[in-house]
Amino acid sequence: MPTNTYVDHAPGYVDNEGPKIVTSRFGYEDSYTLERSLATGGYEGLRTALTKAPADVAAEVKDAVLLGRGGAGFPAGIKWGFMPPVWPRYLVVNGDESEPGTYKDRLLMERDPHQLIEGCIIACYALGLNTCFLYVRGEMADAQERIGTALNEAYEAGLVGKNIMGTDVSIDVVLHWGAGAYIVGEETALIESLEGNRGMPRLKPPFFPAAKGLYHKPTIVNNVETLANLPWILSNGAQAYKEHGSEASPGTRMLAISGHVNRPGVYEVPQGVVSFRELFYGDNYCQGIKDGNELKAFIPGGASAPWFFDDQLDVLLEAKDAGAAGSMLGSGAVVVMDETTDAVKACLRVVRFFARESCGKCTPCREGTSWEEKVLQRILDGYGREEDIDLLLDIGKNISPGEYPVAAFGKANLEAVPFPPKQTTICPLGPSSVAPITSAIRRFRHEFEAKIAAGPQNDGHSQAPEASTV
Amino acid sequence: MSRLTPENVEVAKEIIARYPRPKSALIPLLHLAQEQDGYVADDAMEHLAELVGITPAEVLGTCSFYEMFKREPVGKYMINVCTNISCQLLGGEELLHHAEKTLGIRPGGTTDDGLFTLEDVECIAACTEAPCLQVNYRYKYKLDNADFDAMIEDLRTTNKDNIPPHGTLAEQRQHIPADKLAGIGSPEDTTTPEWFSKRLPVEEPKEENA
Amino acid sequence: MTTAEPTEAVTGVPFTLNGTELVAEEGELLIDACDRNGVHIPRFCYHNRMKPVGMCRMCLVEVDTGRGKALQPSCMLPVTPEMKVETESEATKKAQDGVLELLLANHPLDCPVCDKGGECPLQDNAYAFGPGETRFVEEKRHFKKPIPISDLVKLDRERCILCDRCTRFASDVAGDPLIHFIDRGSQTQVNTFPDHPFSSYFSGNTVQICPVGALTAEPYRFKARPWDLEAVESTATVDSTGARVVLQSSQNEIVRVLGVDSDAVNWSWLSDKERFSYEATAKGDRIEQPLVKNEETGMLEATRWNNAAKKVGAALRVEPDRIAAVGGARMPLEGQYAWAKLLKGVVGTDHVDAQLDDGLPGPLVLGLPRATINDACKPGGVVVTIGADLKEELPTLFLRLRHAVVEDGVKLIELTSTATHLSDFATVRFDVTPGSVGQFATAIAKQAGADLDFDVADESGLVEAQADKVAAAAALLDGSVPVTIIVGRGNLAESPRFTSDAVGIFRRLNDDFQFMPALRRGNINGALEMGLVPGFTPGGVQRESAQLDTWPDVPDFDGMDTKEIFRAAAEGRIDTLLLLAANPLQDFLDEDLVRRALANVKTVIAVDGISTETTDLADVVLPAALFGEVDGTFVNLEGRLSPLRAKVTPPSQARPDWMIPAELAIVLGVELGFTTIDELHSELSEVLPSFADIDWDTLGSSDDGPVLKLNRSWNIEFGKPAAAPPATSAFRLVATRKLWDQGTMVQESPSLASLPSEAAIHLNPDDIERHGFVGDSVTVRIGDQTHTIPLTSDVRVNPTTASIPVCLPGFDARTLITGRSTTAVEIRPNGTT
Ligand SMILES: Cc1cc2nc3c(=O)[nH]c(=O)nc-3n(C[C@H](O)[C@H](O)[C@H](O)COP(=O)(O)O)c2cc1C
Ligand code: SF4
Ligand code: FES
Repeated sequence: MPTNTYVDHAPGYVDNEGPKIVTSRFGYEDSYTLERSLATGGYEGLRTALTKAPADVAAEVKDAVLLGRGGAGFPAGIKWGFMPPVWPRYLVVNGDESEPGTYKDRLLMERDPHQLIEGCIIACYALGLNTCFLYVRGEMADAQERIGTALNEAYEAGLVGKNIMGTDVSIDVVLHWGAGAYIVGEETALIESLEGNRGMPRLKPPFFPAAKGLYHKPTIVNNVETLANLPWILSNGAQAYKEHGSEASPGTRMLAISGHVNRPGVYEVPQGVVSFRELFYGDNYCQGIKDGNELKAFIPGGASAPWFFDDQLDVLLEAKDAGAAGSMLGSGAVVVMDETTDAVKACLRVVRFFARESCGKCTPCREGTSWEEKVLQRILDGYGREEDIDLLLDIGKNISPGEYPVAAFGKANLEAVPFPPKQTTICPLGPSSVAPITSAIRRFRHEFEAKIAAGPQNDGHSQAPEASTV
Repeated sequence: MSRLTPENVEVAKEIIARYPRPKSALIPLLHLAQEQDGYVADDAMEHLAELVGITPAEVLGTCSFYEMFKREPVGKYMINVCTNISCQLLGGEELLHHAEKTLGIRPGGTTDDGLFTLEDVECIAACTEAPCLQVNYRYKYKLDNADFDAMIEDLRTTNKDNIPPHGTLAEQRQHIPADKLAGIGSPEDTTTPEWFSKRLPVEEPKEENA
Repeated sequence: MTTAEPTEAVTGVPFTLNGTELVAEEGELLIDACDRNGVHIPRFCYHNRMKPVGMCRMCLVEVDTGRGKALQPSCMLPVTPEMKVETESEATKKAQDGVLELLLANHPLDCPVCDKGGECPLQDNAYAFGPGETRFVEEKRHFKKPIPISDLVKLDRERCILCDRCTRFASDVAGDPLIHFIDRGSQTQVNTFPDHPFSSYFSGNTVQICPVGALTAEPYRFKARPWDLEAVESTATVDSTGARVVLQSSQNEIVRVLGVDSDAVNWSWLSDKERFSYEATAKGDRIEQPLVKNEETGMLEATRWNNAAKKVGAALRVEPDRIAAVGGARMPLEGQYAWAKLLKGVVGTDHVDAQLDDGLPGPLVLGLPRATINDACKPGGVVVTIGADLKEELPTLFLRLRHAVVEDGVKLIELTSTATHLSDFATVRFDVTPGSVGQFATAIAKQAGADLDFDVADESGLVEAQADKVAAAAALLDGSVPVTIIVGRGNLAESPRFTSDAVGIFRRLNDDFQFMPALRRGNINGALEMGLVPGFTPGGVQRESAQLDTWPDVPDFDGMDTKEIFRAAAEGRIDTLLLLAANPLQDFLDEDLVRRALANVKTVIAVDGISTETTDLADVVLPAALFGEVDGTFVNLEGRLSPLRAKVTPPSQARPDWMIPAELAIVLGVELGFTTIDELHSELSEVLPSFADIDWDTLGSSDDGPVLKLNRSWNIEFGKPAAAPPATSAFRLVATRKLWDQGTMVQESPSLASLPSEAAIHLNPDDIERHGFVGDSVTVRIGDQTHTIPLTSDVRVNPTTASIPVCLPGFDARTLITGRSTTAVEIRPNGTT
């Protein structure tokens, strides 16, 4: 197996040193075929699971402390336990990966669809349900193709469907195509979308999907990577799993590190033991900031996360630590900005994302995010007013009241406000738009002020491309 | 353009059968309509409404929520340039500007020959390969301006990667042979799967909610 | 701070509201609990008759459930024990201000020209809670100015705040999801699908519940400013549901009707007919003066009241047996009583019938134990519908029933000849060929254990083919849960006899079953109650047992019903025919018979408010005041009394209905015994036990009105049902009614007049295919006549039946109805005979 190389047929994946729990097959060019899967231990976890009682499988998963990889990091085993003992119940797999900077589920789906399918069946078995919907982001044509093919192979081979592996266990896995809407990654929106509706989140409470989800029946929504861990856990046991990573966060997670680093890529990293410093500068990881530049800021967990700065380089990849430091690890997406980055422009770009992706259900998010975008665009274009900086912060407070989470800033003696933010909205999308604003203004206020003072620049580049409405 | 062809109605029926409730099939069916016509025509929406038993307004409500569905004809190749943060940091916007110049259109526009539609899009999950784009949802990574121009030239001429025209998402569909189907769980069926009951006593009821 | 006190002694959930300890009902939403305790939380998306969505975020309040204070939408949050709620705290205020600022950011500031200006919650909240000035300097969102989303409703998308009320109403309440959110995020808009307008019978409700001026009703647009409006509560009279309404007028013209949130009746909803047909009062072709036919010219000419009254008086001085009256369902109860007293008690004729052979036998309706709407809709019960599609005939009742079935799990059994708008939700729906409902009832009752001394006569095998359904229905009717049977006249081409038979059998199955007559005409229940039906005197008392001290007389013979009256008239056996707001040329099934009758009667007297083709043929026309012009009382299908109130003055010489017979009595030399409405009420309370306890003065102020206790003294004997007609190769005809038709109230309301669709014959698509009907019309043969009729493919129609609505423009479906117990028609491809 190749090591330490960039694997051509899995663009972005870096085969560095370290435990390989979910990427073990990525080195093979034919990693997505049933043949390769079976030749390399595929479906063995399922075989083991089927010899156990479903409750024991669930217990094993709980024991492994498998943290959800979709963003919130809630332990899968505990979430499964919230299902009331009623049927029917459903498993919905969240393969809608759209959080800016996040690039891991697509690799897992394209490179090793059988691992995911096996994970789905194990979860269905543990939960005693017979229908799983695999919701894959619409823009991922290759992933659709690979999973569709893999499912057809697996059905043919009796690994999915009726009488799995010759047992009396029968479980269907249905591949579902998304169609382009970030918010559908939110689990209740995902369920709405799967019901054929507009992907607008449902308010929870009163009901969480585990109690009332798809068709208002108990439903577990798990992330692709979460489920991709199950075959290994079942094959090797919870104990072995816990030997990797930290006590609070066992195992590995896939991290996509993008932006201004020398070796951007998707890495499988042990959880809870590696610091951001090591990640950015270590030989095993990104090997330094691009062109030897200084680090300016980084987003530690996807566009929704408040920004970190050099003060936070020694924070470990541990949910609790990141939260206390004022942000979150989210979806395993780290975006690195070096000193050449225009803070206002970067901030606008992230805010614009939320404005474009707001589902429009909650007033504060629908109206607030697009207002924020307009004000930022004005500032960037040199038409800002002095009061716009405070206005931005204040619009933010309408979406996310109280003090917004921010990272500590040593030089200015400012302390961290821990994650998560408060919200006046149904889901966290609206409040997420406040993260870049609060982060950038707190640290780079002078850049905003400079743009306002300078006025229109007419360099032909200050204008971001117009939002397209076809 | 049109309602679904008879062949596509058959495909639609197979898709609908995979869901406990017909409306759940709506998004895949909209893709099917888009595959047929290159966009989602009004007539197609009315047809889908009949197929899943809802009103055309409900179909439109769903259809218009999702970016991928185009309700007007678009180019044969939809070029989606990512300008989100990771790509922006490494030249995504510059690439988009170059694309505008090369194609002579603004985002949202279609070239006169009907070949290309340009869009600036949000993150397409290839952030480490910035700047990147998709042609009909097939990826192109780490492009510079010359790469872009070469790509356009190729699409105009040989289309060496065999990128199918806009609307075709995956060429390989899921197909569940009748004898392999476990039986899609109906929301009305409150029975516990037999294999599950056999393997364990029902769990203690637990408190819900995280 | 609140000075709240619990309004009701409730046992339930203790919680703290702004420091005061209160009790909420089990499961009550916080916003409702606060309302009930006098603390108003601002809101836009929440509506107490719809499921909350929690999307506008205006109702956020600070709540502590033990885990620290957090902002929560009070419209989504059920009160839980020991919850502490702060509606006035800093955080609450800031959140509400914030939401309001954002709502206003893109909202046009066109209040001065907006229909909603002055009664707009957004405007009000902006004053009460808002920050005052706007910090939004960007360009506002633009949409094309108001677009029509239907014939009656316009939508201004710039004003829309996306509260989801109209769209939720359309899909969840009306079941007409024809408007929907389109697009996403800040571009979201409400719209219809191109060329599929929001043609719902209930569209006007969306205007009423729109919290801003985004939806406006065509009939009201720019008519008035809210502060100029005067209002009074009344009752809708277009059908027998008796929905509670507010009439609003400006400059002595009714300009708007709104639904009142009556818990017992209409929950604030109205059909568009109830809401908009007020137009007929002001804009219709009103009869303003008494008219008398000039013997020479044959033309009606205006005259003075006492001249006309004298003419009528003379016509009433013939043998009682030669006097007949038809109609009266439109009038208030007071008019009905006064007419009954004049006709039966003074003149002495029993040939009086308020139904035009389009309803159910009077004794049946009067003799059945009644359910209220709330009885029928109570969760856990079973409803059986026999007859019509309630959406077409009693649309507001339909909404209540729909909610009960769809949301509250009430089980529905349908015995109808075409599928209805509730069929999709029915637990059991029978395909009842015309004439066979009695046999189905027999089969169900037998299976449910009724002791019947006859068997199912099922020659065609139709009942047998639905044996599973019979078993399922029987199981639901085993008596373990309350049962309400809603019975109407679903098919005008079928004798009501079959329906009475079915009702009788259900009576025999279980006499705890309750009934609701789904008769369509406005105050028909009042008319029956007041004795405008042959064989009865007021109070549902049979003629022979009448004891009416205040009446000079009662008829000494059993009268004829409408059909018999017209027959007798056509044969010259009637001298004087009174038409009490009846338009039989339009409404009676045999138009030809009516023409002959009118031609052969010496004096035709029409009492009406609007001129019709029938009044044109009368010898004397007396002008009556209409809805909104007179005070009075309405009896709905539950037997509920509710007030009718005058808001505007009647035109010229038109009089309240009750005054007309009172005046005629004087001409006849008798006093009816009342000269004011109060005196009339006293007499009613005195002579009718069911009215003894009615407090007439509080009728309008008490919320829902008292329900008459209808204890009937007679028992209807129900025997063996008529045999179902044998199967034939012909199609059995189902003649139905549509909400929008050629009826007077629709046609005289300019906004509604064009809504009826052209008549067409509706066939099941399978039949169309099997018979090879192509093109858009068919040839229909009945007897020796053939007609070419437009064809509509309709999955709601059962196979081998043909359904056609009456009273629509185009083909007059009445010509197909034979008057036999059922009607069979032969249908051929167009062009063949
Ligand atoms: C705005 C928003 C977007 C989200 N997008 C995704 C996503 O693309 N993929 C994903 O797995 N989870 C996403 N989530 C998290 C899901 O709601 C959910 O927590 C997750 O799928 C649960 O899976 P896990 O427990 O396995 O992590 C998103 C959440 C929010 C609020
Ligand atoms: S916060 Fe935004 S994205 Fe989330 S539900 Fe509300 S409007 Fe939709
Ligand atoms: S009224 Fe509660 S969120 Fe709108």
